[in-house]
Amino acid sequence: MSVSTCQSSELTPLERQYILATQQGLPIVERPYDAIAQKLGISVEEVLKLTKNLQQRGIIRRIAAVPNHYKLGYKFNGMTVWDVEDEHIQAFGRKVGKLPFVSHCYERPRHLPHWQYNLFAMVHGKNQEEIRKYRSQIKELLDDVLVKRNHDSGQSSLSKSNDMLTSTQILKKTGLRLKK
Amino acid sequence: MRMDKAATTEISELSNLDKGLINLLQKGLPVCERPFAEIATTLNDMGIRTSEKEVIDHLQALRMSKILTRFGPMFDAACLGGAFTLAALSVPEEDFEKVTEQVNSFEQIAHNYRRDHTFNMWFVIGTESQAEIDEVILAIEAKTQLPVLNTPKLEEFYVGLYLPV
Repeated sequence: MSVSTCQSSELTPLERQYILATQQGLPIVERPYDAIAQKLGISVEEVLKLTKNLQQRGIIRRIAAVPNHYKLGYKFNGMTVWDVEDEHIQAFGRKVGKLPFVSHCYERPRHLPHWQYNLFAMVHGKNQEEIRKYRSQIKELLDDVLVKRNHDSGQSSLSKSNDMLTSTQILKKTGLRLKK
Repeated sequence: MRMDKAATTEISELSNLDKGLINLLQKGLPVCERPFAEIATTLNDMGIRTSEKEVIDHLQALRMSKILTRFGPMFDAACLGGAFTLAALSVPEEDFEKVTEQVNSFEQIAHNYRRDHTFNMWFVIGTESQAEIDEVILAIEAKTQLPVLNTPKLEEFYVGLYLPV
């Protein structure tokens, strides 16, 4: 459940069938892979082998449960964004990704002069205090590698080296699915 | 946890078994014929006395009450052959509702969040191809008359949501 190891988007017809049969979820029964085996017309051993193989290739990140954030009390999420010096983004992106409270960590492109941030790290918490604390922990880690931009450029918003965008409303949420 | 209460279940009502299950299963399930038997063993080792049957019953209830929204393989969407990007708009407050409708009307928009920033609308575009991403962005710009900030991922350092209870 860390760095993507996906090398190829090429899937065999059987692998596509496997994804179509499982992307809505696994049945919660004693032998969850039996139903999949039946659907695909292969043995359970073959289904398990296929599952492990897809996992090794990073196509399956993990077999897991996804909780409803709100119901577990995690009502706050912050998209923290950072203006990190290019030569340090790899090493420090990985470090930020290893923090236990970071759920997603990506390098994304800057769009100067409107958007100076190239590192995104998502944090989740039960209250505003908690996510503020996480932001400052990331800040401590990145302090020496943040870009110091010139204040005189007339673009005062660019002088900020980091920010946190809190979500205030879900406007749409649907799953991503492989189509047939 | 009883089914008839399911819809209103609060975190404070969860048993130690439920909490243990939520924590363990976010991290992942072993790939084997009877994974819930292994989960029961792990929970017993942690001092939570349970059985395979009880694990299945509680997991079904957690799924039914939507405390768990999904259970199964988490696929890396990019590996499935699609193209994705995160994009944003800076929407004038008075137009926010109208622009939300305009953006959400595209079936390629998977998630859309309002955030407290000049760029106050952030959404994920998921399509079959990179070319379609570019088309959707142009179409959104045409429809909303606003420039789209496109921030596709260049490098992934970590993905793995874990919310302990």
